[in-house]
Amino acid sequence: MTEPLLSVRDLVVEFPKRKTRLTALDHVTFDIYPGEILGMVGESGAGKSLTGAAIIGLLEPPGHIAAGEIWLKEQRIDKLPYEQMRRLRGKRIAMIFQDPLTSLNPILTIADQLIETLQTHLPLSDKDARARAIQLLDEVGIPAASKRIDDYPHQFSGGMRQRVVIALALAGEPELIIADEPTTALDVSVQAQIIDVLKRMCHDYGTAVMLVTHDMGVIAEACDRVAVMYAGRIAEIGDVRQIVKDPQHPYTQGLMGSIPSLTERVDRLVQIPGSMPRLDAIPAGCAFNPRCTQQFDRCKQQRPDLIKTKKGQVACWLYDGESS
Amino acid sequence: MIAMLIRRIIQAAMVMLVVAFISFSLFQFVGDPINNMVGQEASQQDRAELRDRLGLNDPIPIQFFRFVGNAVQGEFGISYRMARPVSDVIAERLPATLELALVSGVLAISLGIGLGVYTALRRDGWLSHFIMSSSLIGVSLPTFLIGILLIYVFSVELQWLPSFGRGETVQVTENWSTGLLTLSGWKSLILPSITLGLFQLTLLMRLVRAEMLEVLRTDYIKFARARGIKQRSIHFRHALKNTLLPVITIAGLQLGSIIAFAIITETVFQWPGVGLLFINAIRFVDIPFMSAYLLLIALVFVIINLIVDLLYFAVDPRLRVTKRSASR
Repeated sequence: MTEPLLSVRDLVVEFPKRKTRLTALDHVTFDIYPGEILGMVGESGAGKSLTGAAIIGLLEPPGHIAAGEIWLKEQRIDKLPYEQMRRLRGKRIAMIFQDPLTSLNPILTIADQLIETLQTHLPLSDKDARARAIQLLDEVGIPAASKRIDDYPHQFSGGMRQRVVIALALAGEPELIIADEPTTALDVSVQAQIIDVLKRMCHDYGTAVMLVTHDMGVIAEACDRVAVMYAGRIAEIGDVRQIVKDPQHPYTQGLMGSIPSLTERVDRLVQIPGSMPRLDAIPAGCAFNPRCTQQFDRCKQQRPDLIKTKKGQVACWLYDGESS
Repeated sequence: MIAMLIRRIIQAAMVMLVVAFISFSLFQFVGDPINNMVGQEASQQDRAELRDRLGLNDPIPIQFFRFVGNAVQGEFGISYRMARPVSDVIAERLPATLELALVSGVLAISLGIGLGVYTALRRDGWLSHFIMSSSLIGVSLPTFLIGILLIYVFSVELQWLPSFGRGETVQVTENWSTGLLTLSGWKSLILPSITLGLFQLTLLMRLVRAEMLEVLRTDYIKFARARGIKQRSIHFRHALKNTLLPVITIAGLQLGSIIAFAIITETVFQWPGVGLLFINAIRFVDIPFMSAYLLLIALVFVIINLIVDLLYFAVDPRLRVTKRSASR
């Protein structure tokens, strides 16, 4: 197998809170390989977006990385000084946010924002930067790009703005894009287009994507591999087909069972009983054990790490001893 | 754009008309002006004649429109107290007030924005904490007290700066004398302009700080950071402009109140401007002067508001209606 592009090792993110501290990410470990699309799924508050923010170094204080390492190829990036990290942002790792309506500066034109981003990372003259900006807009599917480039964000629709956002994220030709729920705020009809643009652009530029979403449709459509997060930990990582068709972790099984199917009509969708624990009340052992239908004694005492199985990696004692 | 401008100007004219009505009705409340004009011995007939000649027997609306017509031409009648045309008196005193207001306005806006941005960017620095705490004094102490304290410290104890007056002035035109061209003029300006501008300064500073912190939390700033845009550009190109949008309105209104509330500062420092004149006019029930002053202040506010509206239009692209319709 090729060398991973991004390696996250035992990442711990904490929020200090008076006397105690909340552990929002608890020993998260995963890799992203060049050019692949890794899906990150999980309920709200599972730590998907936080993982993205930690990687690009934009955790909101007082949240901070308390332990672990993040490697971008052979460079360790979790402890870089601000200026070095800034140079890396947009150039090697870019990020797309959820709401395209608020992601663009309302009082700067698209040209202002694109050209500034281009010139921050590439040695381009004003004229070349503008030409490149128009080309990028054209590539993401903005009609009449050379005219629309001087418009302000409010003159674009939500879907068009998200295309502009993708163009902005790709301006520095990064190796990795962290897309934090890029389609959640959009109409269903536009969602597919945006995912399509993202997929096509990243394929063309050889950019890897970490796609944070809770939309399993998007995952099945776009991703190569999927990581399932639960309560700040990774429950399971595997190939997208395996996760969707043959999930191993009881949580993933519940998650998949709760998705309505268009072809089969079932009387009741499977529900996972209960809700995800709050960060200050994560149970001992496996975080999922109170809601798990297949739990046994060990689940309440010992915390499972990711276990390599034939199909993928899963953090569940059911698969202990199966490791290959 | 043109339609908007015309609409705003009509609105401004309406406001001025209402204020004109109020200041016109001042005349109706303070008894019969004829009593003030004729001697004790004047006969009933003389009075009636004078009343007729001054048009005081005409219906109220006609009197009002005559008043407005005169006001538009800058005619406000004769000051009761000084027996000179009110317009002349105001023209003579206005430069002093405008100079004072200008200096404190510039002081308040530049320092207000500068310190506001500084305290927002260096949120946890000791200097920011110091500035924020001392700004509480600025917003909570009344103007006259600040003036008196400044006089006590810098004029009485330290004897660095004069405690009253404009210092030496230079006559620029017939009506315009300025203190901005002499050293003693500037020295005299320092204390009054600090007194007058301190409240607006602290208010603006706290507003700018709050707005800036708000803007720095927005998604587009986060996205700009995620694109690796330089810190400097994020603060001053991406954030500051968005911060200043809501500040423009407040700053405009504050500038208006600097001129209007110069009364107190002018009284404390015996500054020979229109505000000081107004206080004296009240004491002598000098109605023509008071009504003219009222109109003048209203005009200042209306003009500033008009400018603020236009500024908004220039700064915020979302208000501009482009010829190309926004395509969805």
